[in-house]
Amino acid sequence: MSKDERFQKHRKDWEDTTVKKMTDRFPERKSEFATISWIPADRIDIPESGDFDNYSDKLGFPGEYPYTRGVQPTMYRGRFWTMRQYAGFGTAEESNERYKFLLEQGQTGLSIAFDLPTQIGYDSDDPIAEGEVGKVGVAIDTIEDMEILFDGIPLDKVSTSMTINAPAAVLLAMYVAVAEKQGVSRDKLTGTIQNDILKEYMARGTYIFPPKPSLRLITNIFEYCSAEVPKWNTISISGYHIREAGSTAVQEIAFTLANGIEYVKAALKVGMDIDSFADRLSFFFNAHNDLLEEVAKFRAARRIWAKVMKEKFNAQKPTSMMLRFHTQTGGSTLTAQQPDNNIVRVAIQTLAAVLGGTQSLHTNSRDEALGLPTEDSVRIALRTQQIVAHESGVTNSIDPLAGSYTIEKLTDTIEAQAWHYLNKIEDIGGMVRAIENGYVQKEIQDAAYRYQQEVESGERVVVGVNKFTIKENPPSDILKVDPKLRDLQINKLSEIKKLRNNENVTQKLNELRLAAQDPDINLMPTIIAAVKEYATLGEICNILREVFGEYQESIVL
Amino acid sequence: MQNLARQVLKQDIRAIARSISLIENETDITQKEVLIDTLHPHCGNAIVWGITGPPGAGKSCLLDRFIEHLRQDNKTVAVIAVDPSSPFSGGALLGDRLRMQKHATDDSVFIRSMASRGHLGGVAGATADAIKIFDAAGFNYVIIETIGVGQTEIEVMELSDIVLLVLVPGLGDEIQALKAGVMEIGDIFIINKKDLDGADRLKSEVEYVLSLKDSTESDSKHPICMTSATQNDGIGNALSQINSYFAGLRDDGRLAQKRKERIEKELKHIATTKIMASANRFLNIDQRLNGWVEEVFQKKVSPYKLLNKKIGDFLQEINWQ
Amino acid sequence: MMKKIRILIAKPGLDGHDRGAKYVARALKDAGYEVIYTGIRQTPDAIVKTAIQEDVDFIGLSLLSGAHNELFPKVVELLKSKNADDIIVFGGGVIPESDIPGLKENGIRAVFTPGTPIKDIIAYIESAK
Repeated sequence: MSKDERFQKHRKDWEDTTVKKMTDRFPERKSEFATISWIPADRIDIPESGDFDNYSDKLGFPGEYPYTRGVQPTMYRGRFWTMRQYAGFGTAEESNERYKFLLEQGQTGLSIAFDLPTQIGYDSDDPIAEGEVGKVGVAIDTIEDMEILFDGIPLDKVSTSMTINAPAAVLLAMYVAVAEKQGVSRDKLTGTIQNDILKEYMARGTYIFPPKPSLRLITNIFEYCSAEVPKWNTISISGYHIREAGSTAVQEIAFTLANGIEYVKAALKVGMDIDSFADRLSFFFNAHNDLLEEVAKFRAARRIWAKVMKEKFNAQKPTSMMLRFHTQTGGSTLTAQQPDNNIVRVAIQTLAAVLGGTQSLHTNSRDEALGLPTEDSVRIALRTQQIVAHESGVTNSIDPLAGSYTIEKLTDTIEAQAWHYLNKIEDIGGMVRAIENGYVQKEIQDAAYRYQQEVESGERVVVGVNKFTIKENPPSDILKVDPKLRDLQINKLSEIKKLRNNENVTQKLNELRLAAQDPDINLMPTIIAAVKEYATLGEICNILREVFGEYQESIVL
Repeated sequence: MQNLARQVLKQDIRAIARSISLIENETDITQKEVLIDTLHPHCGNAIVWGITGPPGAGKSCLLDRFIEHLRQDNKTVAVIAVDPSSPFSGGALLGDRLRMQKHATDDSVFIRSMASRGHLGGVAGATADAIKIFDAAGFNYVIIETIGVGQTEIEVMELSDIVLLVLVPGLGDEIQALKAGVMEIGDIFIINKKDLDGADRLKSEVEYVLSLKDSTESDSKHPICMTSATQNDGIGNALSQINSYFAGLRDDGRLAQKRKERIEKELKHIATTKIMASANRFLNIDQRLNGWVEEVFQKKVSPYKLLNKKIGDFLQEINWQ
Repeated sequence: MMKKIRILIAKPGLDGHDRGAKYVARALKDAGYEVIYTGIRQTPDAIVKTAIQEDVDFIGLSLLSGAHNELFPKVVELLKSKNADDIIVFGGGVIPESDIPGLKENGIRAVFTPGTPIKDIIAYIESAK
């Protein structure tokens, strides 16, 4: 008998005798076990013959193709991931205070949350903004708000991530202009704008313009930053929201990477060279509950992207092939019931992200399902990261779970299933097409429905919600945003409109209109010029709405 | 009831909506019949379009554009969006209006989602009455939208003055399936997403299929239009072709002929339904059906023998020769 | 033929998180109701006009952005102004318990917060129809 055959026999004997003796007396809890994304989980995973031979091709070493084990050669031994808590609410003054608090508590990067009117290109005084001003993030109408937001925060020392998509060009313009006022040159600025419109159409909903002009704005930003703001991450191609919308882990990375492919194609189409922008593409994933599946998911994503960049797009620079990502723990996994349990969930999800090799992490606060985080709650969330970093030991070695039979099998399975989706989307004609005919949305919604049905039936346990419930008093300590905030912003706005040079504003807006009508013109310089004259976000976006039109929701039920 | 009819004629939105629910629910047949009879003299002015096609053709998006253009011409538009009910639960998820929602605040546009409610021919009946309500209320255009694949959808399309069939490139096999029924009743063929590969090929295919059709019915050609609803391209042209085609029908009497054929179908349908209802009541079918099933199952009697006897008795009762 | 219960599921305001609304819409269809879903970014005006055209019995509002205190009562107000306040309005989303009494005072008859099983919503509809 060969070594292999002997091993297989050993395994079979184990099942037939040792296991059977046990299961005859105590059957297993379920007839079938699976990950949260319904990938079947075997009783045990075993080594594959050829594992060692495949090592260099499939796993490789950290910092080298195919980057399965990590994009940096020393990972957390060199530097911990950036601890970057998403924050923002109310006025720029209030948010500025929260940022200073978080930096004092040891956070290492800023992450700005904007309110919905800002994210959708409306000023606070727009009737459509009623009830929404300052609620889910900070209200930014002009560069004045931006200045207050970063007051006392040196933009050459702090890396800033801005969760802004459709009007990303405008907020980036404001940031660059504020840096200038601080005396910081563009080439020193580090940070990210999310700038990922495709997932907005698919799962998040803060779109403004149709796909073509949106992609134009995105490639404009790629080109501008490549020349002017070289340390800036021009896009954060996101799977977080796709997962939150209910997708499986496989869909999360497949649809994200498919979006990435679409963006790369768009940039190549306008004549950019792959190696001139690819290393500034970054990604953003979810850290969900199923620890092992999540770790495998991140590793699979790195491997797939490296292959895509090398084989499909012929990238030459190693940095062009590296999938660098930010992670946020899954908000939708947190419960309103027994909120302290969420601290535990977030700790497990933090482990998943760290064992998965993330470059940057936001941990959710325990009051996620109730409202925006209080100071106490967000401090605990930050401490969670710090405890994992300094006390748990998982950062001593790189990619410590590698070689686990289960982890490698899951990594391979997720990769294979993701490729299936990538090929399907390619057949459909790309992501924009796939979104137009509702293919991706349907996949996500079906997964969401199936998941929720399992929760409703009790098949999927959510501790504190459908099992281990208690009678609870409603929570008392919830952050509320002052509803009078809208009036404050409206007053501020009307003051600014009186004090600024309205002739200049009109002139700049006209220039923008003309530039927008010509698809070959990069809009960044014109937008920066308008922003410096205190043109409002709404005014600028309305010009673009005029020229580009608005996107019609494309739904599938 | 007179009040409800009066409100409908005054274009009261709530009354119109309530009337449609009245006919859908069939909870008060008499009320419904009085309403329709009262509104009948006021019908006949609306132009009725049916718009159908396979899923993914972009019908709703196209319809949204049509509404935009019609509104620019100051026309009032009513849309009936028909979707299938779930055969399992009897419920329905009606999402067609979503792509037309920007017209939700325009008082001159009325969008109503109707579920098929599971009975063959039933939705056609309710839709026919809904059209009359909108017609009597004075809407210039009444547009019915369905997914054109089944018998039910074809029956619904037959309620229109003209049928717009929307196709898209890349669904090659669909033409085969559609040949079965819907291609027969299409008046105007719209190839949407014309920027996609295969649009021209599809146009040729459609032209070919049309050339095979029995051309005894008319000399007027069936227009084929190319559009891109998402890019708002070709809409104006499609509309003028549709309007010319309609004018043609009206001028040479074919429209009146079509409407008469519809009335004929409707009268037959109503007559059959009413007679069936009477017969069921007379024969007490609901109570006795189980017994009959048993007898036939036990081979105590054969199906025709059983019913010929029962119906014979019925006809004798009403003195039928 | 029985009268069918018709329910409008709508998302007022700018919030684009529609996973919950879509799930509720689909589950209510599975429970036998006729459900009309408006999509995201609906003004209270559009919601009310849609509700009247569709002659619905219920309106379910979903909102996660914190704008519920402003927008939910607006819907009820508009219904009243059109004599359509026989339509029952219920809501769901990220709504603090402490806001619920205020919403009820403003005519929102029920509020379903995160974690509510769908059977509770169905039970409510059955009891109120």
